[in-house]
Amino acid sequence: METVISHPLFVPLLLALCIIAFAPLAVAGTVLLERKVLADIQVRLGPMRVGPHGVLQTIADAIKMLLKEDIIPDDSNKGMFKFAPVISFFTAAICLTVVPFSERLRVADTNVGLLVVSAMSAVGILGIILGGWSSNSHYSLLGSLRSAAQLVSYEVALGLALISGVMAAGSLSMVEIVRQQQARGIWFVFDNYGLMILPFVIYFISSVAETNRAPFDLPEAESELVAGYHTEYSGFRWGIYMLAEYLNMFVVGSVAITLFLGGWLRPFPNVAWLEIPMNYGVPVLFFGLSGLWCLPASRKLPSAIHKAGLVFIGLCLILVAAVFAIPVANAALSAPFWFFFKLATFLYVLIWMRGTFPRYRYDQLMDIGWKRMIPLGLAAILLNALVGILRT
Amino acid sequence: MLDTMFFYMFALLAVAGAILTITMRSAVHCAISLIASLAGVAGLYLLQKAEFLFAVQLVLYIGGIMVLFLFVIMLVNLDSAAKERQFHRRWAGGAVAAVLAGASALWLLSKGAPSFGSPVAQAAPSPDGNVEQLADLLFRQYLVPFELASLLLLVAIVGSVLMAKKRTS
Repeated sequence: METVISHPLFVPLLLALCIIAFAPLAVAGTVLLERKVLADIQVRLGPMRVGPHGVLQTIADAIKMLLKEDIIPDDSNKGMFKFAPVISFFTAAICLTVVPFSERLRVADTNVGLLVVSAMSAVGILGIILGGWSSNSHYSLLGSLRSAAQLVSYEVALGLALISGVMAAGSLSMVEIVRQQQARGIWFVFDNYGLMILPFVIYFISSVAETNRAPFDLPEAESELVAGYHTEYSGFRWGIYMLAEYLNMFVVGSVAITLFLGGWLRPFPNVAWLEIPMNYGVPVLFFGLSGLWCLPASRKLPSAIHKAGLVFIGLCLILVAAVFAIPVANAALSAPFWFFFKLATFLYVLIWMRGTFPRYRYDQLMDIGWKRMIPLGLAAILLNALVGILRT
Repeated sequence: MLDTMFFYMFALLAVAGAILTITMRSAVHCAISLIASLAGVAGLYLLQKAEFLFAVQLVLYIGGIMVLFLFVIMLVNLDSAAKERQFHRRWAGGAVAAVLAGASALWLLSKGAPSFGSPVAQAAPSPDGNVEQLADLLFRQYLVPFELASLLLLVAIVGSVLMAKKRTS
């Protein structure tokens, strides 16, 4: 047993299995969160029927998708139609393998980690194009062409924004990038006297476009194109596309966090006296207070089972808070806590944007991409390179 | 052992993709076969510990060039071209060419046979990683050719924009 645990491949293999197993669950959670937050923004209740306050809605949806009839259009290109969602999913999953969740908690640390991510998102475009083409439907084809044009355009701006970050770190390895931020005691967004905020903003806008999300969700503009490239997909194949889309959200969020927001580092990594309040105080308060809130909130629920369930969840959260208070556990858990806390915040901002902004027109989209983002990205590289040289 | 297995897998992908690229009828299938072939070559780069080339091959060839190819193929209707006979049945000429090409390949192989057996002494991989080495070479030793190449690309871009622009005189 000891030899198994200390084997160099033990953590990577276990984590890879965990990613494959938990990614769909995390996606289900994100979908539910998205529906609930959007409903809250629009003063609705959102899904309420399945389970208490609709918390089981996405699980029910997933089961429904698994059991649905798998419809393949007669005139479609059958082999390609079946294979296209696979490309989308596996490119998104591969991107997650180079993301370090903490110093030790990672699948692989290649010295071209960031390039692997951009290579895989480039290959991921093929999944969308082939899916749209093989459906043999005008809506799908138009949606996929739009999507591919958008992805190719924004990939340039995304790459330019990444270059600024890589320049600051001096490495393409994701772990090394975070270590550099640790060594300098600053998140890269605030580096170079605040100039790095420019590439971060460019990266953020381009990554929203890369993930085909509002306000850049033209590829699946329901009112114009039915559902874009996956119009003809149904059941589980459609589910795989959906899974890939949400995984891509996780990926762009993880890359933004690693490159600009300090990866697994706590806020203010250079201020030593914040060590205890940040690594112990924040998680304990976060889980503890949400757990404590559950106990009085359970009284308002209608049925006894729901009450018991919420009390149970509250007690579990308090238990998690207690675990964070143990020094040994805290040393191992505080880094992933900060990573996932930042990731959750990133996802929340994406959902918030979806509830806030109207969709851009196609010409506006291209205008932003080519005439604003790319020149700005080039300017950001030049500025940060100059400042970086002058500082040293 | 694992390396050898992966080598044959990627090599098979590259060769089979290349053969399918020229034998498939539908243009989209040809393009997809070419993508498979390029991916196989990228895998071979990775086996040679050239991670940078691997990533760049994927970004540029599959993510850039092949996506544009697919774009053009899907926008231009090639159905009529696919129905036409694509092979000239000139068996005699083909056979002569095949024999000549095979003979020359065999001759070259037999000439270079001695160097196959002994493994060439390999330089130990530097601790820096080859991305840094490549950057040093490109931006220090070969800076002028690098900049000249980028100038060439700029000329090509300006030229294509000029040709695509509508003449309003």
